[in-house]
Amino acid sequence: MKIYLKIWRQDSPATPGAMKNYELDDVSADMSFLEMMDLLNESLIQKSERVVEFDHDCREGICGQCGMMINGRAHGPLTHTTTCQLHMRSFKDGDTIYIEPFRAAAFPIVRDLKVDRKAFDKIIQASGFTSASTGEAPEANGILIAHTIAEAAFDAAACIGCGACVATCKNSSAELFTSAKITQLALLPQGQVERADRVIAMVDQMDAEGFGHCTNTEACEVECPQEISVLHIARMNYEYNRASIISH
Amino acid sequence: MLDSKIPEGTLADKWDNYKEHVKLVNPANRKKLDVIVVGTGLAGASCAASLGELGYNVKSFCFQDSPRRAHSVAAQGGVNAAKNYKNDGDSVFRMFSDTIKGGDFRSREANVYRLAECSANLIDQAVAQGVPFAREYGGYLNNRSFGGVQVSRTFYARGQTGQQLLLGAYQALMRQVGANKVKTYTRHEMLDLVVVDGKAKGIITRDLVTGEIERHAANAVVLASGGYGKVYYLSTLAMGCNSSAIWRAHKKGAYMSGVSWIQFHPTCLPQSGEHQSKLTLMSESLRNDGRIWVPKKAHDDRKPNDIPEEERDYYLERRYPTFGNLAPRDISSRAAKERVDAGCGVGVMKNAVFLDFSKAIKEQGKEKIKEKYSNLFKMYDKINAVNAYETPMLISPAAHFTMGGLWVDYELMTTIPGLFALGEANFADHGANRLGANSLLQASVDGYFIAPYSIPNYLAGELKAEKITTDHVAFAEAEHAVKEQLQQFLNINGHLSADHFHKTLGKLLYDGCGLSRTKASLEKAIVLIRQLRAQFYTELKITGDHTVNSELEKAGRVADYLDLGILMCEDALSREESCGAHFREEYQTADGEALRNDKDFCYVSAWEWKGAHAEHELHKEPLIFENVSLTVRSYK
Repeated sequence: MKIYLKIWRQDSPATPGAMKNYELDDVSADMSFLEMMDLLNESLIQKSERVVEFDHDCREGICGQCGMMINGRAHGPLTHTTTCQLHMRSFKDGDTIYIEPFRAAAFPIVRDLKVDRKAFDKIIQASGFTSASTGEAPEANGILIAHTIAEAAFDAAACIGCGACVATCKNSSAELFTSAKITQLALLPQGQVERADRVIAMVDQMDAEGFGHCTNTEACEVECPQEISVLHIARMNYEYNRASIISH
Repeated sequence: MLDSKIPEGTLADKWDNYKEHVKLVNPANRKKLDVIVVGTGLAGASCAASLGELGYNVKSFCFQDSPRRAHSVAAQGGVNAAKNYKNDGDSVFRMFSDTIKGGDFRSREANVYRLAECSANLIDQAVAQGVPFAREYGGYLNNRSFGGVQVSRTFYARGQTGQQLLLGAYQALMRQVGANKVKTYTRHEMLDLVVVDGKAKGIITRDLVTGEIERHAANAVVLASGGYGKVYYLSTLAMGCNSSAIWRAHKKGAYMSGVSWIQFHPTCLPQSGEHQSKLTLMSESLRNDGRIWVPKKAHDDRKPNDIPEEERDYYLERRYPTFGNLAPRDISSRAAKERVDAGCGVGVMKNAVFLDFSKAIKEQGKEKIKEKYSNLFKMYDKINAVNAYETPMLISPAAHFTMGGLWVDYELMTTIPGLFALGEANFADHGANRLGANSLLQASVDGYFIAPYSIPNYLAGELKAEKITTDHVAFAEAEHAVKEQLQQFLNINGHLSADHFHKTLGKLLYDGCGLSRTKASLEKAIVLIRQLRAQFYTELKITGDHTVNSELEKAGRVADYLDLGILMCEDALSREESCGAHFREEYQTADGEALRNDKDFCYVSAWEWKGAHAEHELHKEPLIFENVSLTVRSYK
C-alpha cells in the first residue's frame, strides 16, 4: 500500500523543528510500524539524506525504548500497544500518518523522534527500591506473600517506563509511572520499612523534574502498553498523605 | 597455557575454598579503586550495584537511553534455582548434573557446580528486592518445569521474569547512583579497550548524543555486554545487541571461546516476509502446556483445526517419549527443522510448526491457561492478528543465545588481566547448549555473587600499582584508532546501507553456520563472508553527521559482526563432532542424534587474534570430568 508520512524533524534540542513530508510505496500490511520506518530510512540513505532518528530496541514491547506520537496518540491507534507492536495492518492504502516525538518539558528532544527520559531514572534513584544490599537477603520462603497481593504487585511492577503516560497527559504528569512503583513496593512486605520515606522522596523528585500534576483525565491508562491502572495514582496520594501525617 | 584457576578440593568445597582464601580490600581503600562496567543487563547492573555497595568507585555504561532497557528485560519464562521447594528430588548436585548434561559435556564442572550452588541465594536476593514472583495460594513461591529437566525448579513472574529480575537489579543500581557510588553513562558505546603493560586499564567510548570520543581509566574493566546472536540479523535479540565490546577486547588480546555454539530457540514466531527485522520469542514455558505438531502428510494445506487427530504428527512426543514437548532447545529446534525440511512445515513460508493448546484448555480451562500465559497470547495476537486460544500458534526456531563468548577462568577473568566478562558475554557455564531459565540465573550469579569476590581479589593487587590516567599514551593511541575508523566509515560513500550488509551476513550464517553445519557449508560461508566484508569497506553508505547517527552506530557493529561471523565458521569447522547446539551433519547417529567425539574434542576452544591479516590461533582448554560420567545425552 501507499503511505504518506508527516514526520517531526529536529536536529538538536537548540534548533527549531518542523514536520516534513515523505511518501512510501510498497508498504506491506504485515510490516510492523518500525519496519515501515526502516523502509523509509533505507530510502533516505539511497537519496543521501540523513535518516529519521527514532528510539527502539527489543521490538517486542518490553524494553520501553520505543515511543512516538502517531496521529496524535502515544504509540498509535491501538490501546495498550507499544509502537513496536503496532503493525501496518492498522492503516490503509493512501493514509497520511503524522509522527511526532513524545513531548514533555521533562523529556527534552535529542534529535527527531528521540527524547531524553533520564527524569524517570532520577525518580527511581530517589527511592524506587528496597534497600536490600547483596548478601543481606533472608530465605525467600521466609516472607510469605498472598497470591492476590503478589499478583497485584506484579500488575503495578509491569510498567516498562516508556513514557507514553507522560506524553499523552495534557499536564505531562508522570504520576502513573511513579505511582506504579510506589504501589508495587507498598503492597509487598519487603517494602514496608521504607514505605513512608519512599513515597515522599519519589513524589518530591517527580515534581523537581518538572512533570505536571494529575487532573484525573485517565488518558494515560488507555495508552499504557501494560494497562497500568490509574487507581495506583489514588493509592500514591493516599500513601503520600499517610506518610505526611504519620511519619513527618 | 590457559589456566582456568579451578580451586582445590572436592566439587562441593571449591567455591567455599575460593571465598575463604580470596584477597580482601580494606573498606577505607575501596574508594581509591575504580571499576568500569560495560552493560546494564542483569550481569552488569547486579555487578555494578554490588561493587558500589562494597564501596568501590563504579562507572556503568550502556548504549540504551536507560539502564533498564538492557535485553535481559525480554527474558520471559523464568529462572532456575535448586531450592527443592517442591520436594521432587532436586538438589545442587541434580541441577549441576542436569546443566552439565544439557550442555552436552562441554562446560567446566567447577563453574557449573558453583552456578547451581549460588542459585538459591539469587531467589532470596530477588525476593528481598521486591521481585513479584508467582506465589501459591498459601503464600509460598511457585515453580514450574522447563525443558531438559524432570523437576520443577523454575521461578517465574508471569511471562516477564527477565523484566522483573532486571528491574530489581536496575533499582539496586539506581540506589547506588543516588548514593553517588556509581555513575551511569547512558547512550554511550564502548569502542575500544585500553591495555597498558598487558593489563586492562580503561575504555574508549563514544557519546551517542554529542558524538564525543571519551577516555575512561579504571583499575579493572568488566564486560557484561551480552550475547551476539544478532549476528544472524533475524534473531530474538534487540536491535542494538552487539558484539563490539567483546570483539574489540578480543582484538586487544582476550581469547574467544565456543564461538559457534549458538542456541536456536524452538518457540519463536516464524519469518513471514523480507521486511522483517526480528523474530519474536514466545517463552519456552508454553511447552509445559502446548503440544507441538505438524501434519503427517507433506504439503498439507488444510487449516490446523481441520486436520484430524490421527493425521497429526506430534513429533517430539513420538521421538522423545520421556521428555516429549519439554525436550531441550537444541533437540526441539533440530527436530522442527527436520520436519520442515521433509516438507511438513506449515505457514505462509512453510517454515513453521504448530504449538497447540487445545488439549490443555480442555483439561484445565481457558482461565487457567490465561493466568499462566495471557501476555504471550496477547503478544501473539498483536503481531499476527490470530487468537491462539482457538487456533494453534505457528512457531519456528530462531537464533537466540550465544553459549560462546570471551574465554574466562574460574574468576571470570579473561586472558587480559584486569578484564572480566560476565553473563552472556562470557562462554563459561552452558557448554554447547544452554538449558531454559539458566541464562537469567548465570547473569545474576556472575554479577551478584561471583564478581564481588573475584574482582576485589584482583583489585587488592592494584592498590600498590602505578595509577594509570587517561593521559597515558595507550589512551591517545586507542582514541586515535577509534576516530580513524569512524571517519573511514563516513568516507566510504558507497551505495549500500549497514542493514543491507547485516541482513546479507545473517542469511549466509543461517545457511552455512546455522541449526546444522557441514564442512562444505562452513567453507563456503567463510569465502562469501570474506567477499561481503571486502564489499562493506568499499560500498557502505552512511548519511548524517558525527553526532546522533544511528547509521554510524550500526556500521561499527556490522564491521565487528563480519569479522566474528568468519571466526564462528572457523570454530565450527575445527570441531569435527556434533555436540549440543553444534550439529555437524557428518557426525550423527543412525537416528539423527548428535554424535560427540570425546576422545578428540573434549576441550574448550580459545581463539587468539593474531592481527587483521593473519589467521586466528586455536588454543585448547581440556575439560576434565571427575564427578559425572560422559554419557550419550538421551532424552528419549
